[in-house]
Amino acid sequence: MKAKFLVPLALFVVLVLFLAVGLRLDPREVPSPLVNKPAPAFKLAQLEQPELQFSPEDLKGKVWVFNVWASWCVACRQEHPVLMDFARAQIAPLIGLDYKDQRKDALGVLKRSGNPYDLTAFDADGRVGIDYGVYGVPESYVIDKAGVIRYKHIGPITSEALQKTIIPLINELKKS
Amino acid sequence: MKILYVWILVFLTSGGVWAKEAMPLADDPAVEQRLIVISEELRCLVCQNESLAGSRSDLAMDLRRELRGLIKQGKTDEQIKEFMVSRYGDFVLYRPPVKPSTWLLWAGPFGLMVVGIASLFVYLRRRNTDIGTGGLTDDERKRADALLQEGEK
Repeated sequence: MKAKFLVPLALFVVLVLFLAVGLRLDPREVPSPLVNKPAPAFKLAQLEQPELQFSPEDLKGKVWVFNVWASWCVACRQEHPVLMDFARAQIAPLIGLDYKDQRKDALGVLKRSGNPYDLTAFDADGRVGIDYGVYGVPESYVIDKAGVIRYKHIGPITSEALQKTIIPLINELKKS
Repeated sequence: MKILYVWILVFLTSGGVWAKEAMPLADDPAVEQRLIVISEELRCLVCQNESLAGSRSDLAMDLRRELRGLIKQGKTDEQIKEFMVSRYGDFVLYRPPVKPSTWLLWAGPFGLMVVGIASLFVYLRRRNTDIGTGGLTDDERKRADALLQEGEK
């Protein structure tokens, strides 16, 4: 007789567990198929010096961070101080990708609030962004010495994510 | 006075002169037709419950532009879907491929149905046997008859 009552209870517990896990997942965080694949090649003019170009090839042999941002992106402002801290620590080169932006606006933002980037590539029509599977700016990639994407962070980097995930990963990758 | 009415009439009816010619939807209707068919099957990453065909987000517009380019290059539907999947993962497909990580997704509902039907059968069979044993034994029947006769007296 007792089992009859325990069965619905057990089913209920299972349901609650499923909901508890499901509600904690963020549907906006789509796992990127690009992790552990070579970073897509491109060649873009730089933001500050349009006569110079940047290509991921230039950083072969280095571990670096690629951060997609834009002047119109509100969450990027939230992320900005964390990036400034990261730049100050000089752990790895930080390259920006100014995604679908106006050059004037982007330069204005860097001038006003500081420039954490070693350089920024200027992706006016968003084609490079599409190749990197960008769908919600800001997004960041950790790229290893061989030019392979090892980690993707969607949304603003928090200082917790930086200290606990990104910096340890960079240090690990530097060793190899 | 008459001339005033004429002028009013002219102003009221000449609105169409200011209108522009309708913008063509695409330079090639065949391309556009294929684009719609393909992008109905693809998810827009920004507004996740909209298809790429229906979304007005910037990213969706850019992606439609890219897909239009691929269609013009004569790429097959498979190649175009591969273009999207290699960037955004299986999540962009409204019909995810059948593979080990999606077996549960594809088979789960049928599994639940089988479990449901099985428990229904078990329940019905149990109920049937309960009904079968519900009758009175000979002893009980005699006692019931005795009680009934007693009541009649």
